[in-house]
Amino acid sequence: MTTSLLSVHDLACTRGDRLLFKGLNFTVRAGELLLVQGGNGQGKTSLLRLLTGLARPEAGEVHWRGASITGQRAAYHAEMMYLGHANGVKDDLNPVENLRFAEGLQGRAFNPGLATAMLERMGLSRCLDLPCRVLSFGQRRRVALAALLLAGATLWILDEPLTGLDVHAVALMEELIRDHLLAGGLVVATTHQALNLEGIPVQRLLVGNVAIPGPA
Amino acid sequence: MNLYTYASPAHFYHLAGRLIPWFSWGAGILALWGLYISFFLAPTDFQQSEAYRIIFIHVPAAWMSMFIYLVMAFWGAIGLAFNTRLSFMMARALAPTGAMFTFVALWTGALWGKPMWGAWWVWDARLTSELILLFLYVGIIALWAAIDDIRRGDRAGSLLTLIGVINVPIIYFSVKWWNTLHQGASVSLTKAPSMAAIMLQGMLVMAFAAWFYTIAVVLVRVRRIILERERQTEWVKAILQKET
Amino acid sequence: MHRFLQAVLWRDLTLAARRRGDWLIAQFFFVMVASLFPLGVGPEPQMLARIGPGVLWVAATLASLLSLSRLFADDHRDGSLEHMLLSSGPTVLLVLGKSLAHWLIYGIPLLVIAPVLGLQFNLPTDAIVTLEISLLLGTPILSLLGGVGAALTLGLRGGGILLTLLILPLYVPALIFGAGAVDGVMAGTGAEAHLSLLGAFLVLSFMIAPWIAAAALRVSLE
Repeated sequence: MTTSLLSVHDLACTRGDRLLFKGLNFTVRAGELLLVQGGNGQGKTSLLRLLTGLARPEAGEVHWRGASITGQRAAYHAEMMYLGHANGVKDDLNPVENLRFAEGLQGRAFNPGLATAMLERMGLSRCLDLPCRVLSFGQRRRVALAALLLAGATLWILDEPLTGLDVHAVALMEELIRDHLLAGGLVVATTHQALNLEGIPVQRLLVGNVAIPGPA
Repeated sequence: MNLYTYASPAHFYHLAGRLIPWFSWGAGILALWGLYISFFLAPTDFQQSEAYRIIFIHVPAAWMSMFIYLVMAFWGAIGLAFNTRLSFMMARALAPTGAMFTFVALWTGALWGKPMWGAWWVWDARLTSELILLFLYVGIIALWAAIDDIRRGDRAGSLLTLIGVINVPIIYFSVKWWNTLHQGASVSLTKAPSMAAIMLQGMLVMAFAAWFYTIAVVLVRVRRIILERERQTEWVKAILQKET
Repeated sequence: MHRFLQAVLWRDLTLAARRRGDWLIAQFFFVMVASLFPLGVGPEPQMLARIGPGVLWVAATLASLLSLSRLFADDHRDGSLEHMLLSSGPTVLLVLGKSLAHWLIYGIPLLVIAPVLGLQFNLPTDAIVTLEISLLLGTPILSLLGGVGAALTLGLRGGGILLTLLILPLYVPALIFGAGAVDGVMAGTGAEAHLSLLGAFLVLSFMIAPWIAAAALRVSLE
C-alpha cells in the first residue's frame, strides 16, 4: 500500500467560542478520496481551510509528506490546489488571461496552447476571449476547474465542487476526479450531492458530531 | 484542548483577584499623598502662580499615555510570537486606560496652556504628538470594535499597535522638526522654570498613583475578559454559579 | 519569485486598464479636493502659494486612501485573494506587488496632475519641481502603509472609514516632510533635509510595511 501523503493529528477547531471538532485524526493516501460530510455549520469548510493552511488550528497539526505544513508552506502550496465557494476567477479578465495569472502565481511559464486545450476540454472553446463577467456561473466554475487541471497539483481540496453545475458539468467533474485519483492524486472534498465514482476507494469522514452544544 | 493555554487564564484570574485590592488601595493612598504634596507642600510658582499645579496631573498622564502604548505593543508582540491568549487580553484591557490618560494629558495641557500662553491650544510638538497618539489609540479600539471574531481581532489589533510603535518616535521627531521650523523660538513645555525637588517628588508620587490605578483597572478588565472568553469552561461556569 | 511578482503586477495593471472609470474617480477626487480650498480661503495669490504645498499633499493622501480600501477587497470578494495566498509565492511579495501596482496606478497620475494644480495655487517653478520630487518619494509610502490598513480592515463593516482612521495618523511624517520640502524651497531654506528624511521614511516603510501587511492579510483571511 502506498504511504499516506496527507495526515491530520489531533486537530481541533473553534469558531467564535464554539468548538466545532476536536481530536480529529485521519490519513489520506495517494489515489484516495476523502469525502467530508456533516450538516451546515458543522465545520466542513473550516476543516478544509485548515487543510489548506489558510486557517490555523486551535490544536493539532496537518502533515504533508510526513512534515507539518506550517514549516513548508511554499512546497505544500505548490502541490495543493483549493477550490472554495468563490471561484477565484477575475470577472474583467477572459478565461485565458485567468489561467495565465494562475500559472504566474505558481511561478511557472505560461503555455497558451496547453491552457487553450484545457479550456476546450472544459467545453469553453467558444468563450476564450470573452471577459468572464459575461459567462454563466457554471462556465466560470469550469474556468476555475481548468486552472485546477493546469496546475497539475497532487492534492485537490474541493469545497462543494458540484454546486451550481448542470448534469453535464457534474459528469465532467466526476470524470476529472476519477482521472486524478487513478493518476495517483489525492482529493479531499465536501459535497451535498452524491458523487458517482465506481471502483474508487472513498473514505468518509463525519464532522460536527463531537460539537459541544453552546449555551443557546 | 491544549491544557497549557487554558490553564493560564484560570490561574491568572484568581491571582488578579487577590492583587486588585492591594493595587486599588495603593493607588488611593499614593494619589492622596501626591495631591497633598502638589497642593500644600509645593511652593507657588513666581511666574505662573497657582496655575502651574496642573502639571501634577498633566505630566504623569502624558507619561502614562506613552508608557501604556509601549506595554500594549509588548503584550501584542508576545501574543503574536507565542500565541498566548492572556497577552492579547492584557493588550485589550490596557487600551481604554491608555486612551483615557492621553485624553487627560491633552485636556490638562489645554487648561494649562490658557493661562500660560493665552491660548487653549498651541501646535506644540508634544501636544501635537499626544493628539496623534490619541488618534492611534482610537484607531486600535475602533478596529477591535469592528472585528467580531476574537482571534482575528486580537491579532489585527496587535499588528496595528506594532506598526504604531515603530511610527510613534518618527511621528514625534517629525512633529518636533515641523514645530521648530514653523514656530521658531516660541513657547515650549520644556522651557518651564527649573523644577524644585518637591515638585519632582509630587510628580513622581502622582505617576506611581497612576501606575497603581492602571494596574488595578487593567486587572479588573482582564478578569472580565477572561470570564467572557472562557465562559464555556467548567471553572468559569462554577464561578458564575457561585455568584448567582 | 520573479514570475510571481510579474504576474501580480501584470494582473493588477490589466484590471485597472479594464476599469478606467474607477481609476478616473481617484484622480478627479484629487483635483476636486485641491480646487475646493481656494473657494474656501479666498483667491489671494500669496495666501494660496503659502498653503498650496500642504493642501496638495493632504489632497494626495486623501486620494490615495480613497482607492486603498479596494486594494484587497475586490480580490477577497471573488476568491482570488485566497488563491494568491495559497500559491507558492511568499505573501510578502504578493503584498509588495499589489502595493507597487497601486502606486503605479494611483500614485503616478498624481505626479502628472500635481504641477497643474501647483500652477492653480500660484507656486513658483522651483517649488513645483520640489513638489514633484517629494510626491515621487512620498506616494509609495502612502501605498505601502495603506496596504497594512487595507489588509487589517479587509471585509469589515465600514472598512473604508476605519481604514482612514487607522492609516491617516501613520501618514503624518510623510505629510510633514513632503509639504515641508516645498515650503523649504519657497522660504529659501532648501529642501534637501526634508527630502532626505522623506527618503529614509520611504526605505523604512518599504522594509517593514509589507511584512506587517502580509501578516495582517493572513489574519484577516483566517
